[in-house]
Amino acid sequence: MDWVAIALSLRLAAVVSLVLLVVGLPIAYWLTFSRWRWKFLVESIVALPLVLPPTVLGFYVLVALGARSPIGRAWAAWTGHGLAFTFEGLVIASILYSLPFGVQPMVASFTQIDRSLLDASAILGASRLRTFRRIIAPLAIEGIIAAAVLTFAHTLGEFGVVLMVGGNLPGVTRTVSIAIYDDVQSLNFAAAQQTALALLLFSFSALSVVYALMRRPWAVAPLS
Amino acid sequence: MTLSVQVRTRLSSQFVLDVAFDASPGVTIVFGESGSGKTTLLRSVAGLARPDEGRVAIGDRVLFDSRTAVSVEPSRRSVGFVFQHLALFPHLSAAENIAYGLATVPAGDRRLRVARIATSFGIHHLLDRTPGEISGGERQRVGLARSLVTDPEVLLLDEPLSALDHATQSRIIADVRRWTAARAIPILYVTHSQREVFALGERVLVLQEGRIVADGTPHAVMESPSHALVAQLAGFENLLDAAIIERRPAAGVMVARLSGTTVDLETPLADLDGRAVRIAIRAGDILVASEHPHGLSARNIVRGTIAALSREGAVVRAAVDVGTIVEVHVTPASSDELGLRVGVPVWLVVKTHSCRPVAAL
Repeated sequence: MDWVAIALSLRLAAVVSLVLLVVGLPIAYWLTFSRWRWKFLVESIVALPLVLPPTVLGFYVLVALGARSPIGRAWAAWTGHGLAFTFEGLVIASILYSLPFGVQPMVASFTQIDRSLLDASAILGASRLRTFRRIIAPLAIEGIIAAAVLTFAHTLGEFGVVLMVGGNLPGVTRTVSIAIYDDVQSLNFAAAQQTALALLLFSFSALSVVYALMRRPWAVAPLS
Repeated sequence: MTLSVQVRTRLSSQFVLDVAFDASPGVTIVFGESGSGKTTLLRSVAGLARPDEGRVAIGDRVLFDSRTAVSVEPSRRSVGFVFQHLALFPHLSAAENIAYGLATVPAGDRRLRVARIATSFGIHHLLDRTPGEISGGERQRVGLARSLVTDPEVLLLDEPLSALDHATQSRIIADVRRWTAARAIPILYVTHSQREVFALGERVLVLQEGRIVADGTPHAVMESPSHALVAQLAGFENLLDAAIIERRPAAGVMVARLSGTTVDLETPLADLDGRAVRIAIRAGDILVASEHPHGLSARNIVRGTIAALSREGAVVRAAVDVGTIVEVHVTPASSDELGLRVGVPVWLVVKTHSCRPVAAL
C-alpha cells in the first residue's frame, strides 16, 4: 500500500472538509432562508459539480489558477510559486468539486426545522446569529455532520480533478486514487487491490455513519 | 399603554385583512373562524408578517408604519407571542426554554426570574425536562411562562388553549389572569371558542373575512349578536331567514315572517336596513307544549310537528317543522312527560326577547 498517498489523501480530505464546513454553513443558510427570486441560479451553481465531468471542472480550475490568471498571479506574487500542481491548488479544486456535498445535506436539515421555532426565537429577542447558534445548528447537527463526512469521503475518492489540477507528484499531489491508477498502469495489481479495498471499506463506513445519522427524525420534528 | 393597530394586507385573491382598533391594557379577544385573518393580524403586530399598509404602535413607540417605512425587527418589538403549536425548542429543557428570552439579564437574576414564574405556573418540578417529556397542559404553561417572563409590553396569544381539556383550560386561564393582573399590558387573545371568550375577555372583536364585524363586551356581542355569523359562533342553533313585515316603534318591537311559512314572530325592534333579516334563537330558549297554551306572557306561540328526535346525553334535540325546521332542546324527562315522538303536533313558545334579529349577511 502507498502510505504516502494515503496520508496525503487524508490530509487533503480533512482540510477540504474543514474549509467547506466554514464556507458551506453560510451558503446553506442563505440557500434555505433567502427569498431572492434568482436563488435557483445559485442552487444550480452549487449543484454543478454533481453533473459536470471532473475533467471539465479540473480544466477550468487549472485555467483559473494558472500562471496567467489573476488568481494565479496574485498567489505567485504572495507566495513566490504558482498554484497549479501544488497541494494548495488541489485544496481549492477539491473545495469546488465537493461543494454540493458540503452544502446540500445542510440545506436539507435546515429546511426541516419548524419555522415557528425561528419565529419564536426572534420574538424572544434573539439575533439571527444567536438563533443559528442556539436553535438551527443544534437541530440540524446531523445534516452538518453528514455534510462534513460526505465531503471527506468524496474528496478522498476524487480522481479526475486531481489529475487535471494536481498531476502526480508523490507527497504533494499524488492521492490514493492516482496511486491506484498508477499501480494498475504499471501492472502492480496487488498494491492496487490493497489500496482499492482500503478506500472501499472507508467509503462504506463513512456513508453508513451518514445514513445512521439521517434516520433520526425526531431531532427536528416540531412539538405541539 | 395602548396598542394601536391599523393593518391592511391582502391574504389571498378572495379577501383582504383590513382592521383598525386600539387595545387598552387587559384582554381583548379576537374571535373568528379559521381563515378569518386572526393569525395574520397577530403576526403583523409581532413583525412576523409585513402588512401592505398600516401602522402598529405601543403608546408612542411606533413598531410599523408603511408611510414612514418604519418596521422594527420582531426581536426588538418587546412583544410576547404564544404560538398555537407553542413552538417550544425541543432540544432545550423547560428552564432553558423559559430563560431563552432573558439572554441579556445577568445569570443570577435570570435564574431567579425563571424560578419565580415557574412556581407561579406550577411547573417548577419539571424545569429539567425537555418539552417531549411533559404533558400537553404542562407544555402550554412552559410556553406561557417563556413569553411572560420577558415582561413584554404586549402579549399575543394564538389559540393557546385550544388543544386542552376544559378543566386544564380553566386553571391556566386563572394563572394567566393572575400574572397579567399585576401588569397593565394589552393582551390580544385569538380564539374560536365561545367558552374562552366569556372566561377571559373584557372585550371581544369578531373578525370575519378580514374585517371586524362586531366589537364590544363578550356579553353584548355574544348575547345580542348583530350579525348572523356572530350568532352562529355564539351558539345560536337557529338562524331563520325572515322578512320584516311590520315595525312598531312605540312598543319597541317588530314582526318578522319566517321565509317560506306563514309564521310571524314578534322580535325586539332592531335597527337593520331593508326587510331581509335572520332571527337567531337558542334551541334552549324555546318551550314546548303538547297543547295550545293559554294565559302566557310569551308573544310567540307557533304550531308545528316533530320531524326528528335524537338524544345526546342529557339533551333531547327535537327538529320541529313549522314550515321551516326549528331546533329545540328539552330534557329527557320533559320529553317523556310530553310524549314527544316523530309526527306528534306541538306548540313552540318563544319570548319576544329570545328572538334576536340579526343582519342577514
